[in-house]
Amino acid sequence: MYALQFDETRCLHCESQDCLAKCQYIHIGKDGKQPGEMVRIARGEDSFVLHECVTCYACEEYCPMGNHPFYLIVERQEALRISPVPRPLVTRAVNLGIPFRGEPAVKEINGPLLNMAAFSELTHLIQGRLFEDLPVISTDGRKMFHYFCQLMYLHYARSSVIKERLPGIIATIERHKPTEVVCFHDECYGTYASYCPAVGIDVPFTPVHFYEYLYDRLTELKELIKPVGIKVAYQRPCSSRLSPDKHRFVGKIFRLIGAEEVKREFVDENALCCGGTIQGQGREGSRKRAAELQRKNVEDMKKAGAEVCVFNCPACLQTLGGMVAREGIRPVHMSDLCRFAIGETPAGWEVTR
Amino acid sequence: MNAIYQALADIVDAEHVSDRPEELYIYSFDLGTAEPHRPDYVVAPRTTGQVREIVRLANREKVPVVPLGGGLSLAGLAVPLKGGILIDLKRMDRILEVNEKGRYAVLECGVSQGQLTSYLAAHHPGLTHSEPGAPPAATVAGNALIHGQGDLAQPYGFNSDQVNGLEVVLPTGEVCRFGSCAIGASWFTNHPLPDVGLFFGWCGTTGLITKLSIRLYPAKRIRGVGQFVVEDEELVPEIIGRVTGTQMAEDVIAYSRAIPPFGLGLQHFTVNIAANSEKELEFKQELIWDDALGEYIRRGDGGYLGFTRGLEHPQISKTSDYKKGGGFEYVGSIMPIEKYPECYRRGREISERHDIPYTVTGRCVGVGHSMMFAWTYAFNRADPETMRQAREALHETDDLVLELGGVIWKPGTYGQQLILGRLDPGTRALMRRIKEVLDPGGIMNPGNWEGI
Repeated sequence: MYALQFDETRCLHCESQDCLAKCQYIHIGKDGKQPGEMVRIARGEDSFVLHECVTCYACEEYCPMGNHPFYLIVERQEALRISPVPRPLVTRAVNLGIPFRGEPAVKEINGPLLNMAAFSELTHLIQGRLFEDLPVISTDGRKMFHYFCQLMYLHYARSSVIKERLPGIIATIERHKPTEVVCFHDECYGTYASYCPAVGIDVPFTPVHFYEYLYDRLTELKELIKPVGIKVAYQRPCSSRLSPDKHRFVGKIFRLIGAEEVKREFVDENALCCGGTIQGQGREGSRKRAAELQRKNVEDMKKAGAEVCVFNCPACLQTLGGMVAREGIRPVHMSDLCRFAIGETPAGWEVTR
Repeated sequence: MNAIYQALADIVDAEHVSDRPEELYIYSFDLGTAEPHRPDYVVAPRTTGQVREIVRLANREKVPVVPLGGGLSLAGLAVPLKGGILIDLKRMDRILEVNEKGRYAVLECGVSQGQLTSYLAAHHPGLTHSEPGAPPAATVAGNALIHGQGDLAQPYGFNSDQVNGLEVVLPTGEVCRFGSCAIGASWFTNHPLPDVGLFFGWCGTTGLITKLSIRLYPAKRIRGVGQFVVEDEELVPEIIGRVTGTQMAEDVIAYSRAIPPFGLGLQHFTVNIAANSEKELEFKQELIWDDALGEYIRRGDGGYLGFTRGLEHPQISKTSDYKKGGGFEYVGSIMPIEKYPECYRRGREISERHDIPYTVTGRCVGVGHSMMFAWTYAFNRADPETMRQAREALHETDDLVLELGGVIWKPGTYGQQLILGRLDPGTRALMRRIKEVLDPGGIMNPGNWEGI
């Protein structure tokens, strides 16, 4: 019913082939691997890319032609039954998104709202003046999978699951009568702003990126901001690659609150995956490869002098948070850092300013 | 005033004895499906001497005595089936000695698992004990006496295997010691004196433990849990064999459950790994996940779910909210590991037939020598019909354990009778003679191992 809009001719006219040429995980140029594979993949042929992709999403950002190379890779992996992860992990993940504790209580908002989606248990991250007067949906952990954007199935070569379930999720959100939906997790934003248009799923509300909301709200509360004066590193999540135009708000927020973003090798377009997905993949050495990536990533933060590692994605925080903390870098969610900047004390913080 | 009540008050003090209905009610049931029975008196002694006097009184008056630790067996083992004096041992909660060099602790019988864990963390952070999945209020002594297993069961076996010595008040009131402490030495070993294993597995029918010594183990600086998952239950025994074969893991557990639904039909493993350095941790992880299990990952049959630092003790009680009303009980068994696939399939079938979301768990005991396999059934405490369903499922499962060639663990009275029905006649006769010698008045926890 829903089909990916992928224009093969754009690849034929692409001079840079950046989608693969820039890939940090498949070493194009070595072992006879050439960047022009996307055309073969578009034609339904097998490719080393389908077997070696770590599902970091980055080629969606690298593509200069407005195509959707990563979505295509996932579609072809599924069609050719090339699973990036072992079967039990696929089964487990597909089952994960099935709601099982009854229907959510739906209240009509008729205005902007914040969707916690599958992170209902993280409402401590949306407290204080930054979020006052913003209605929140999906705050009940038992019902959160009614709001789960499903996009994580890109890691599991299951576009079909996304297409099957996503219209129902959108319908549930729509029952709240939102005008704008601020997405707590940027994977949700990527779903509604990037994936849905790419496959032809209608989105009857305007998605708003969490960082854009934070930036606007901080601007409104500008008189409360006291520069935090902290050296920060940012762990960019894979889903941010689906909305690279919103990544600029990271820097804008840091500048607004007086945080100093340290100079790193693995930053912005060159950011490294947290490793959470890679460690479970079915190839030889995936666990060690993920551990090595994580080590490189954290060492880079440390070398750059970061005092705090700022996270967007709760999954990245779970995967890397302990590791950065052991290296003396405090793991912090962006919303908590913003709260700190306006003089609030986030949950669990012991603060002396 | 009742003479027995007065005698009990003279032994302990009036504050620590009761025959008031509201207090007897509290002691009339446990958290499982066993029918309630009220004791006639509840008494809470503080010393071995007081326990001895209470038992002597019970002998004189021919009144049953039921010892109670944490009261968390779920099998009704401390429900006073024939009334009498219930001895609540929780006040005997002193940690008498921790020997760092010899790695053992001497405890009174009321010391709880949580108390020992926090005491060791505060005062002896280099030592740990094999903590069971029971709530922290479960007593160390009670768990050892039912042959419990903790999170070090995989390398070191049952908690009863880790006992260095006992102090016991016999049903006739004598106080005995077993192990090296019996000859006045320290409590460092249970060997090599003659074996008189008269108290473990007897459900409190042969004596009342007042002190015990248990082995402690090195507490490594890093402890955490790695997870693995497969779809095919037939793979579980060989995977357990491979993991335990590395001798790099602490606790090894396989489980499957219907709730939350993402686990339905899958077999998950938790593998506890401990290390003193990142280098040691990576070495162990490599041996387990890459060398022992890498083949399953590459074939697509098994998935690595990551390693999380910090221990979360597995608690079967988490299943108690599967139905409204918060009730649950389980049948535990000691089972050969190769029976896991059949245990899973048959247990799931029993659960589904009784409209109960299935939960099965197998904890490795010894280096693959056996497992404690448990089938858990949730019920609504306020709904007699769901309790009846759960009780039926539990009884069917008791039968299943024996059919599959396992042994029912901490059996309730139904399970005890099933075991007695199959017990070797010579063994049964010996047990009867032991019981008659030790407890001629038949006062100790009557109703358990009845008709031996």
